[in-house]
Amino acid sequence: MALRARRTLVMIEALQLLISGVSTGAIYALAAIGFVLLWQTTGTINFAQGEFVMLPSIIMLAFVLHGGLPLWVAFAVTLVVSGLLLGVAFKVLVVQPMIRHGVLPLVIATIALGIFMREGAKEFFSNEAQPFPMPVPYVVLELGGVTVTSHHLFCLAVAVVLVLALQWFLGGTRTGRSMQAVAQNAQAAEILGIDVKRMVMLTFLVNAALVTVAAILVTPVYLAKWDNGEAIGLTAFIAAIVGGFNQVRGAVLGGVLVGVLENFSAYYISTEYRTAFPLILLILVIMFRPYGLLGRPEERTV
Amino acid sequence: MGTMRWIAGGIFLALLVLLPRELKPYGIFLMSNWVLFCVVAMGLNLTLGYAGQISIAQAGFLGVGAYTTAILTTRFGWDFWLTLPVATGLSFLLGLIVGFPALRVQHHYLAFVTLGFNILIYLVFRNEDWLTGGAFGIFDIPRPGFLGVDMRDPLSFYYLCLVFAALMFAAAWWIVRSPWGRAFAALRENPVRAASLGVDIRTYTLLAFAIGSAFAGLTGAFYASLLEFIDPYPFALEYSLSFLLMVISGGSATLIGPIVGAGMVLLLPEWLRFAKDYYLLIYALLVMVLMAFCPEGMVGLWRRMVAAIGRRRARAPTERPT
Repeated sequence: MALRARRTLVMIEALQLLISGVSTGAIYALAAIGFVLLWQTTGTINFAQGEFVMLPSIIMLAFVLHGGLPLWVAFAVTLVVSGLLLGVAFKVLVVQPMIRHGVLPLVIATIALGIFMREGAKEFFSNEAQPFPMPVPYVVLELGGVTVTSHHLFCLAVAVVLVLALQWFLGGTRTGRSMQAVAQNAQAAEILGIDVKRMVMLTFLVNAALVTVAAILVTPVYLAKWDNGEAIGLTAFIAAIVGGFNQVRGAVLGGVLVGVLENFSAYYISTEYRTAFPLILLILVIMFRPYGLLGRPEERTV
Repeated sequence: MGTMRWIAGGIFLALLVLLPRELKPYGIFLMSNWVLFCVVAMGLNLTLGYAGQISIAQAGFLGVGAYTTAILTTRFGWDFWLTLPVATGLSFLLGLIVGFPALRVQHHYLAFVTLGFNILIYLVFRNEDWLTGGAFGIFDIPRPGFLGVDMRDPLSFYYLCLVFAALMFAAAWWIVRSPWGRAFAALRENPVRAASLGVDIRTYTLLAFAIGSAFAGLTGAFYASLLEFIDPYPFALEYSLSFLLMVISGGSATLIGPIVGAGMVLLLPEWLRFAKDYYLLIYALLVMVLMAFCPEGMVGLWRRMVAAIGRRRARAPTERPT
């Protein structure tokens, strides 16, 4: 009897970890998708992707605290600001001048950009973690012994809707298909009459939107802090590679996998090494399936 | 050009020897730190610049050497000099292991794997308290004596570091000019062609990592002794990125590039201290500007300038008659 009770308890625990893991994983997936899209269309490996999530959260919070705006209005304004800063300015000022020099200079430049954004947030906003409002009222629901928060469900719902919308956009609309064509072969796309420059710009804007959404979802849990980007960025690109560097679906799978793995290993194995398990997964995947779990080998750009 | 180079080298060496005599202890510390980081960057330059294998784990390798010496000297009472072969050997071995993925993947994939290894190494430093002292680190790491001469004061330790760096520079110079160096370059330029010419790609790829790592590990021993106290933080991922920056900003695949780069990356933030809290902001901005306008680094910039002057000189006489 006691054994059975214990067994159900273990099950409930595992289920709970799974749900919260999937929900954080879904947020990682959003950042990872943006990362993958940038890589596909321009060959940009954005080492500042984590800071790209951190910055909108700080801007949003500044609008809420200093501008007195309600969170959702602040979100809408931040979406525009992100589009300008992380989309247009990033493309024109950082990626465009450097991409022709090859991958390494741009890698270094995005690392420097990450430092720049971190230090900027620390200097001009705050060097301490700030509480961030929940986008939906915080309710704890209980379903058959498993407790779920409204925030987890909200994250999951937003991520699912966004991923489906993105899939539909990329596969079902003319613009989206043009974007994919550019991602696969920019020269051929140009010959076919696709406005490559516009598509590339569009990709940067999509990335800016994705990180802004990721920011509003992740920050209520992580709190708004200038050095948040490190953990988020690392997880996002582990997710991107594990899933397959050239697939939106892959990034989703990777994000969820990493989120769940992190949760389980932290709970059952060791909190100190919680970041180690996704890394080991990363190394194994690169060693044995370098094109990722869902990636196709022929698209490998090696 | 040849004599000019020797003269410039001589002046530089004289500065390295004489300048620290005029500096305060912190200045001497910075100079020591710089000459050591030059060696670490030289090692990465062998892996990245000459052999073309991206490695973002150099700080981790440095840490392995530093912790080896720290643990052996403080816990087991080993003499500093005896720890050197162990530090070198361990980092060489680890470099081999990290090099294995390079046999399967290249470019950005390799960047990610090596970066992953760096974080794993860092996590071990931070979490294995019984071995590394965890976040508190290891205190009272001794400075070595040499043939009975006491090396504990900052200036003589600096000279020790300088001699060490000079020897390692000679080693790097020798490696680059040896058949190994040529094999590395072949590997970088065209692995398939190199293989068809009989270069054993497997061995040389692994060697490129292992030698680069051994440079860092051996330096780690001196670094631990310089700091006299180590904790995990100087061996975190961001410092590997700094070493990468040193090689690229100085000029990769050149012998003096890492020296220039290490100077810039290490000393620039110090000079920017007048900007107080904004110095990292300015620093990051400068790095981006450098990458935008001169991705081949300072040595590349210098060469371009020399070439431009040379062209003007060549043109001048032919223009006169018209």
